[in-house]
Amino acid sequence: MKKEELPQDKSALESFTREVCYVKDKDGKYVTGLSTGWEAKSAALDNQWNEIERRVEEAKQKVLNGEASPILYFFELKLMDLPVLTGYTGFSKWSVKRHMKPNVFKKLSDKKLQVYADTFEVSLEDLKNFNV
Amino acid sequence: MENFKHIQTAHCENGVTVNLLQQQGMDWMNEPLAFGMGSGLFYIHIPFLKVNGGPAISFRSMPGAIFKRTCKVLDVKVNRKKFSSRDEAQRYLDQKVDEGISVGCQVGVFHLMYFPKEYRFHFNAHNLIVYGREDGKYLISDPVMEGTTTLTAAELEKVRFAKGALAPKGHIYYAEKAGIITEEMIRKGIVKGINHNVRDMLHIPARAAGVRGINHTASKVRKWRDQVGERQAGLYLGQIVRMQEEIGTGGGGFRFLYAAFLEQAAERLGNDKLIRISEEFTKSGDLWRDSALQMAGIYKGRITAQKDFDHAADIMNEIAALEKKAFQDLSKLKLR
Repeated sequence: MKKEELPQDKSALESFTREVCYVKDKDGKYVTGLSTGWEAKSAALDNQWNEIERRVEEAKQKVLNGEASPILYFFELKLMDLPVLTGYTGFSKWSVKRHMKPNVFKKLSDKKLQVYADTFEVSLEDLKNFNV
Repeated sequence: MENFKHIQTAHCENGVTVNLLQQQGMDWMNEPLAFGMGSGLFYIHIPFLKVNGGPAISFRSMPGAIFKRTCKVLDVKVNRKKFSSRDEAQRYLDQKVDEGISVGCQVGVFHLMYFPKEYRFHFNAHNLIVYGREDGKYLISDPVMEGTTTLTAAELEKVRFAKGALAPKGHIYYAEKAGIITEEMIRKGIVKGINHNVRDMLHIPARAAGVRGINHTASKVRKWRDQVGERQAGLYLGQIVRMQEEIGTGGGGFRFLYAAFLEQAAERLGNDKLIRISEEFTKSGDLWRDSALQMAGIYKGRITAQKDFDHAADIMNEIAALEKKAFQDLSKLKLR
């Protein structure tokens, strides 16, 4: 890639930083250049976020329909996967999956729920009552 | 640290390596050299691992490998520690910083507040340098950022103890002691880095790794449209492009960075053949960019026919062939 071809597209990096890229100068030597972003990859990142929003909305509907507990919703909202959630809560994978069921969730102690609330950075009340 | 110099690089681990080694007196160290000596270039389509149901691909060697290998070839002693106790992790950090040593820290980016929200995923192999304390805040030099920043003790603890895959566990490291580095050692380091990379890309006995891995992914790209539908397949392609082009790669899946390394290697080893091979990696980087554009056309919904997926896969096959030849050429140089 030549230095003058380095894309300077709008991206989420705007007002945070520009990124270093390796490009060729006029003499064909490698130099570094700073780029504000590239549309091709911004589109990929945007798509990823649309997909996240879709999953969060889907989880929300499941909770409202009584098919899943609020833990599933916050799990999706906070972009987690199982190793992340078990890591932060210290609960096993098996327990976490059970806690995502509404009837199991209802019987959870406040102590356990508080662990989830801290992990998701929400209040205990908001977690219990699904205030979103 | 009064005379700390922030160095911005494409990739975080390269940046930490360059900075920590420059502090050991190696002012000649730069990002392409660190990357090449650490044999950072790689390709792997990680088997059995899915990210959001899609492919997990890496264009570089394992986290931590670049720093480790570069220090090893230069015979630099590395000090590293992980912690089970957060208090102890902080005490150790404070102690080192107060001794005037700047240290590398492995962190998770989900809670890294100076990153844009759109980039904050649970990715735990990011690296930054802590170079001091001031007014209750830690002075941070993050190599991918244009300038330095600060974090509070609580903020720093949170990212040092992020959870999930590759959890950092407070991982802290620095270059402890370097002897006198001769020009001969640098040349040897370059040669070792190249030979290691040849081995990784050509001779790993797995079809998902090295240049064969690129063909492996290509064959999957051809099938995705039928297997999971256009929308999902588009998301998978987006994932490849992000791994390949996102901040930290220097563009073209690290291939431009490697080409820059070979250009420097040519000069240091006085071997013009390396210039020509450097050109091949530039071509490869350009092709990776072409394939990203083709894939973007698909996930933007502009071109979504099977032939468009096939075209993206064709480019990947072309890249695999080109890189195979380039690494074979490197191998034939019999550098030692």
